[in-house]
This record gives sequence, structure tokens and C-alpha cells, in this order.
Amino acid sequence: MKKEEMRDVELIIGKILRIGVVVSAIVIILGIVLYFVNGGSGYADGQWPQRFGVMFQGVAQGKSYAVIMLGIFLLILTPVLRVVVSIYAFAKERDVLYVYITTAVLVILIFAMVFGYHG
Amino acid sequence: MDTAMLLFVVIGLFAGVLGAILGIGGGMIITPILTIMMGLDIKYAIGASIISVIATSSGATIAYLKDDMLNLRVAMFLEIATTVGAIMGALLVGLFSSTFLYVLFGFFLLYSTYNMIRKLMSKKGETVFTGSDKTVEKLRLADSYYDRAEKKQVDYSMKNVPGGFIMMWAAGLASGLLGIGSGAFKVIAMDTIMKMPLKPSSATSNLMMGVTAAASATVYFFNGSIRPDIAGPLAIGVLAGATIGARLMQVLRPKVIRMIFVPIILYMGLQMVLKGFGVSF
Repeated sequence: MKKEEMRDVELIIGKILRIGVVVSAIVIILGIVLYFVNGGSGYADGQWPQRFGVMFQGVAQGKSYAVIMLGIFLLILTPVLRVVVSIYAFAKERDVLYVYITTAVLVILIFAMVFGYHG
Repeated sequence: MDTAMLLFVVIGLFAGVLGAILGIGGGMIITPILTIMMGLDIKYAIGASIISVIATSSGATIAYLKDDMLNLRVAMFLEIATTVGAIMGALLVGLFSSTFLYVLFGFFLLYSTYNMIRKLMSKKGETVFTGSDKTVEKLRLADSYYDRAEKKQVDYSMKNVPGGFIMMWAAGLASGLLGIGSGAFKVIAMDTIMKMPLKPSSATSNLMMGVTAAASATVYFFNGSIRPDIAGPLAIGVLAGATIGARLMQVLRPKVIRMIFVPIILYMGLQMVLKGFGVSF
């Protein structure tokens, strides 16, 4: 693959990654602002949501710690997003070898994350 | 509480700038600051620093992709090794005590210091490897970058890809065990073992450590190691810092980057080893 085509791949990934980062930053900041507006975390001392169900319920109720945790989770997803977009970008440039390599990374990564949720 | 949040933003900013420049991730800097200076439990410090590593990686990578500083193929290929290592590390983490983690972490840092000093003292300086290598050609890993400090396009190749691959697996293992991006090992794998130039090594390390960290971050997220009041403000500071650091790195000379690297990891390495042996200062 030529250098210019690699540039295209990099620019696509960069653009999507930026959106992911900005969105997660906004959610975290929103949560911090809520903490000061609500005057608290919305949870008992030393507690915060650690499961999806509790987290989304908390977000719906405008609990600040739940919103911050959601933002942090979105941030954790940004590297995953980057890998997914890379597969698409390599496929678009018909770089089959790197479509395989990147897909392998994604599979391992998803395995690790699912394991992390249940482990 | 409120002032603590502000302090976390400032720590994050500092860690983000340094992490982005050096390709080492905020973990190296944040874990010792939180445990040694702020007295936090190592569990929460690791949780917070793994989030900082992801923030450093994603924040810096945006700039490095835009400016064509990193090597995407090297990153993708070596990520297979780091992610597998990270899973194994996360599985083993419960088996070790904090003391053992401190000592291991500290010795890792000292080893990195030794490597970097040796490179700085070398009379050859920052040479660029441009020879040919079968694996490199097969995987089309050779690339080029524009060095703003030296105002020239630098074409580079690399060698010892299998050696770099094994080192990356060890780096992933350290990441899962210690909750750090283990970027120093990634930089060493590329810079010292594979003979890639320091700047693309640092930028590529930045890119990779996000993926490695994401693999273990979910474990920490769901086991209660990530506290929103610490990790949230820290992440915001790191994101801002990494954006600044990624721009700063490009105008610095490679030798200067090395010279910033050495005292930081030496100091922190010593501190962590001593803490492991029960000496705090």
C-alpha cells in the first residue's frame, strides 16, 4: 500500500477517535458539574455504580457519580472504537493482511472485556 | 473533597503532558503520586491510573495520527502480543501482594533507566536503522516521519521483530498485573530492540497502550477499583495534558526526550522499590 493511502487510513481513524474522546470528556465534565449542582454523589459514602444496570439507572436519575462512571466507561471504549475503525479503514484500502491482524486484536480485546465484566 | 478533585485535574494535566511526550502513559506517574504522596490504597491508585493511561493514549493519538508521527502497522501487529499479555496479567493479579507489586514495579523502572542511560552515553547518538529485514518487508512495517526539531523527513526500517513481539507480551503482562500502560517497555521494545527511532516509538507506544489498558480496564471498572471522584477529574486533566504533550513532543529533539525520561523513572523506580521494602519518604 502506498504512503498516501496509509495517510487516508490514519486520518479516518483520527477523526473518529476525536469524536469518541470529546463525547466521553463531555459526559465526565457533566457528571462533575452535577456533583456540585446536586451537592453530592447520589450514593451513600464510599459507594458508586459498578454494574451497568445500577449505572444507567443512576444516569436516568441524574446521579453525578453514575454520569461520571458512564463517561469513564465511554473513555475505556475509545481504544476499542479505534481498533474497529482501523479494520474498516484497512478494508477500504484493500490491505487484507492488516484486516486480519486488526480483527485478531479486536477479538482478543472483546474477549478480555467480556471476561472483565463476568470475572 | 472539592479541592481534592481540583488537585486530581492538576496531577492529570502534568501526567498527561509527560506521558504523551515519553509514550509511557500516565500510570508511571500517577500510581506513585496517589499512593506515596496522597496515601491512597494501591487498588484505587491502579484503577485511576489505568483510566489515565487510556486518556493519555486516546488524547495523544489524535495529534499523532494527524501529524503522521506513529506507525500504525507496527502498532496493530504488536497489539496482538500486548493484549494477550494483558489478559494473562489481569488473571494473575489477585495472586500477588501490594509489597510484591511495588518491588516488581520499581525494578521495572530501574531496568528502563539503565537502558536509557546506556543509549544516552552511546557515542553513536540517535542513529536511524534503514537496513532490510525479511519480517519487516513481509509485514510492510517500514515507514517515515517528519521531524520538526531537525526539520527533515526521516525514513526508517527496523529489525528483531520477534524479539520486540516477546517484549510486548511482557509489557502487556506488566500492564495487567500493575495497572500501568507499561509504555516504558513498549518504547524499549521498539526503540532498543527493534531499532525504531525514538519519536515514532513514543507515538506508537501511546497508541498501543490505550488498547492494552482497555483490555484490563474493564476488569477494574467492574471490580470496584475505579472511583469516580478520583478517576473522573484525573481523566479530564490527562486528556488536556496529553493534547498539549503530543504537540510539544514533536518540536523536541529525541535526545532531550531521553534526558527527560531518565531522571523521572529513576526517581520513581527507587521510591517504589523502597516502599516495597517498607521504607517511605
